[in-house]
Amino acid sequence: MPNFNDILVLLPEFYLVAAACLLLLLDAFMKPEQRGLLHWLSIAVLLVAVYLVVAGQPDGTATAFNGMFVRDRVAEILKVFALLCTVLVFVYARPYLADRKLFVGEFYTLAIFAVIGIMLLVSAGNLVTVYLGLELLTLSSYALVALNRDSPLSSEAAIKYFVLGALASGMLLYGMSMVYGATGTLSLAQLHGAAAHSAMPNLLLFGLIFMIIGIGFKLGVAPFHMWIPDVYQGAPTAVTVFIGSAPKLAAFGMAYRLLESGLGDLAQHWQLMLAVLAVLSLAIGNLVAIVQSNLKRLLAYSTISHMGYLLLGLVNAGPEGYAAAMFYAISYALMSTAAFGVILALARAGFECEEIDDFKGLNQRSPWMAFLMLLAMFSLAGVPPLFGFFAKLLVLQAAIDANMLWLAIVGAVFAIIGLYYYLRVVKVMYFDKPQDGVRLEVQQDVSLRWMLSLNALLLLVLGLCWGPLLGWCRAAFGLVSA
Amino acid sequence: MIDPNLFQLICFYAFGVVTVGAALAVITLKNSVHAVLALVLTFFSTACIWLLAEAEFLAIALIVVYVGAVMVLFLFVVMMLDIKQEQVREGFIRYLPVGIVVALVMLVEMLALIGVRAMQAIPMGANPAAAAGMSNTAWLGTALYTQYLLPFEIAALILTVGVVAAVALTLRQRADRRHESASQQVRVNARDRVRIVKMAAEQPARTTAQPQQPGDQEAKP
Amino acid sequence: MGEQILNQLVWPIIYILCIAVPLILAVAMFVYWERKVIGWMHVRMGPNKIGPLGLLQAFADVVKLLIKEVILPSSANRFLYYLAPLLALVPAFAAWAVIPFGERMVLSNANAGVLYLLAMTSLGVYGIILAGWASNSRYALLGAMRSAAQVISYELAMGLCLVCVLVLAGSLNLTDIVHAQAGGKGFLDWFWLPLLPVFVIYFISGVAETNRAPFDVAEGESEIVAGFHVEYSGSAFAIFFLAEYANMILVSFLASVLFLGGWLSPFQGWITADVSPWVNWIWTGGFIWLFIKAFLFAFMFLWFRASFPRYRYDQIMRLGWKVFIPIAIAWVLVAGCMKYFGWVSIGTGV
Repeated sequence: MPNFNDILVLLPEFYLVAAACLLLLLDAFMKPEQRGLLHWLSIAVLLVAVYLVVAGQPDGTATAFNGMFVRDRVAEILKVFALLCTVLVFVYARPYLADRKLFVGEFYTLAIFAVIGIMLLVSAGNLVTVYLGLELLTLSSYALVALNRDSPLSSEAAIKYFVLGALASGMLLYGMSMVYGATGTLSLAQLHGAAAHSAMPNLLLFGLIFMIIGIGFKLGVAPFHMWIPDVYQGAPTAVTVFIGSAPKLAAFGMAYRLLESGLGDLAQHWQLMLAVLAVLSLAIGNLVAIVQSNLKRLLAYSTISHMGYLLLGLVNAGPEGYAAAMFYAISYALMSTAAFGVILALARAGFECEEIDDFKGLNQRSPWMAFLMLLAMFSLAGVPPLFGFFAKLLVLQAAIDANMLWLAIVGAVFAIIGLYYYLRVVKVMYFDKPQDGVRLEVQQDVSLRWMLSLNALLLLVLGLCWGPLLGWCRAAFGLVSA
Repeated sequence: MIDPNLFQLICFYAFGVVTVGAALAVITLKNSVHAVLALVLTFFSTACIWLLAEAEFLAIALIVVYVGAVMVLFLFVVMMLDIKQEQVREGFIRYLPVGIVVALVMLVEMLALIGVRAMQAIPMGANPAAAAGMSNTAWLGTALYTQYLLPFEIAALILTVGVVAAVALTLRQRADRRHESASQQVRVNARDRVRIVKMAAEQPARTTAQPQQPGDQEAKP
Repeated sequence: MGEQILNQLVWPIIYILCIAVPLILAVAMFVYWERKVIGWMHVRMGPNKIGPLGLLQAFADVVKLLIKEVILPSSANRFLYYLAPLLALVPAFAAWAVIPFGERMVLSNANAGVLYLLAMTSLGVYGIILAGWASNSRYALLGAMRSAAQVISYELAMGLCLVCVLVLAGSLNLTDIVHAQAGGKGFLDWFWLPLLPVFVIYFISGVAETNRAPFDVAEGESEIVAGFHVEYSGSAFAIFFLAEYANMILVSFLASVLFLGGWLSPFQGWITADVSPWVNWIWTGGFIWLFIKAFLFAFMFLWFRASFPRYRYDQIMRLGWKVFIPIAIAWVLVAGCMKYFGWVSIGTGV
């Protein structure tokens, strides 16, 4: 029977659920003019959740509800950053939503429900919790993508996302059922011991393959990346910035839980599979991004390549590799919020500011925004001394440590190819003349400007001083930080 | 003497044949309403198979949820759509080769799975409900509310998200919607509806009389 | 071998007939009673020509319907048109299998009896929808849509009411549910008292679920003529008729079993005398009590019909979704508290 301690372990999650339901009720009884209050309340709710996560962290690993839920350092770090990313998203999204009559309470509640899904997913201790947390996250995401229901592009993106997402969930579930059939347990902890001497290794491998397909889809790595460009482009940018940040942390968490906590014994099997996926993602992501003219689409392909880099860390299949991958996931989430944040800051009613040509001459109109975008682009490209550079360095190092030098070389080559399209954006901003008829104006929202500046400058600061964060990541996987 | 096991086996195969036949009918019938009904039959016979496997709760839940609610809505939608059957068939031949390849691959995969000889190696655990001396439904309920409480609650959250999403995506506050407030209707008094006006008695009409001013003497409906 | 066939085949069939034949007769007499009662309420005589006091009126109607032609509308879907009445009838009769008429007087004492009932009642809607669609008539289709929406909506409220009963009784078995209402305080031990709001909701939902007045928008004579069965005639119509009345009687029996203690006597525990088996049932309980209770509910169906004007469609939906379901959900919590803190005494049977 569950007891009070179980509830204490899950306090941040329970608190968020209660808060989300209250926000939902508040929204229903609120006048539309008062929505500003809802906005600040939602942010406050998330910040309190961050506090609860940090303040209540157990000494080691705490489990609750018969091992369904695991609260360890890995989960804590991922949760804190997922919550903080969502705070950033809320701040960035408000002017954009208000301009497009999308400033509705459902955006906030659905996003909070998605965050709850993320928190449950990264803390999952059982295949059932993995699946349900994932569904909570994705179901909320589908609805968020379709939020702008009068836009055909949005609806198309939502349908594609939904159909492919459902297919992927089916694959994942299929894999889970096979693993269950082969081992007779759903608990990840028991799976860890049972997987090595299963009576049905073939069935187990089949299950593993299906599960990797599911993970690959949720991460958005090639060849399961089809949905990413359409969804990134079709969704309202305020939703894209969310989908591009916090769920990536969740996807890493899910991969870690399933592959390491659950099927760590089969590492020699999944290492190679992940390596193939990584190479494909790096190739497709970086090569196809070159020909994009839409910045949101370009960032979508950039996501695919970045997830490829993240896989380089997972391929290592050791604590060093996981720490590198987690570091990478966090860095990517911050870079992506910054890049999309600039788009949001420049978009106005009737002007999405998502074509690369829209950024022509940004430096003349708003040098500060151009500089922030420059930081985000250089960090995504992995230019030293920015945050992205060290993240890339660490995952390449992890690949070399795993005796996959070739993989590291592939990663390095594609990093150089990728530099091209990030630099193109920078070139357009600094060296091109402004387009006729396009007036670039920055949103007047003060909180947006400050948070965006903070976000982008953080990329520089963390690039110069990345020790503490890496220390946390390493400590989370039981490595004593240097 | 009829062997109970044999009888059960016969029942299983009978339901199995109906299930597979109905499932085939779902994808081959031209009339979409018939196809939906075939799907209902598929669910129904699946539920019967589950009953044979002593999973009574799942079987009845399948009927209550899928047959009783989901498929009714399906039927609703299919009836509302006036689907032209020729249009549906158009792409059929074109995509047939791809479909066959996919089907073959799936068949091979499934055969490979079934063919895993080790399948026999794991003895299926004893029926936990029988071991606990409870009925299937009672055991399931106990397990859901103790061991699987957290997943159960997460599932409730997912349903909440479904409701929120459905409302967010479909509710439109149309300006021209005719709306009646039930609470106002209930609270209404006779005085709000009928106005009784006192007026002088009418004089017998004269030929030169002015036409009456319309208005006050009519009781407002 | 012979004995086995007797046990597994012949006896069940006889039991089934023991329920089905009286049920059909009850429907006939119920129709007669309905016309009589409504006649009295309208200050009319009601049927009084055929047979003594007009008692044979219903049978005359049956004969008339059976010899009439079943008309198939042009371009109707022949297969579904004929299938629909059967789909309406089968669940209406199948549900009776788990109704306990008395101690050990039940055809199938299934453990998941309530679930089975839910499943059967949710199947009945197919007959209505298919009848409406297969008739190829606008009136019929409109009636079918209204009916389906209404039945699905009220099934939710009904299901939640059942949950309250299940929480208190702690069993899905209908006999156990009756046993849980046994006790020493007479009719105060029955579930209608702790579950009063739910009891009311259940019966009103039952009226809505059977598409009876004042929730008869599915038939709505004045708007859509007769709704889903407007095109049906002869014996096909008779089957719809039979199913509807069998469902009404079923709801009456269920309300009695779930909330009014089934076959238990309202004086249970007050008198312990042993007079004679012919009289003892008055305080120890027996199937006659169940019939009396069910008759009261069935009478209320008719009373409603004679008293209330028809609800408008949106009012029906509002009542179901915005009033009944919230109250029922709230009462599930209350029932949970009652059970957990032991506010109600739950009987354990005889």
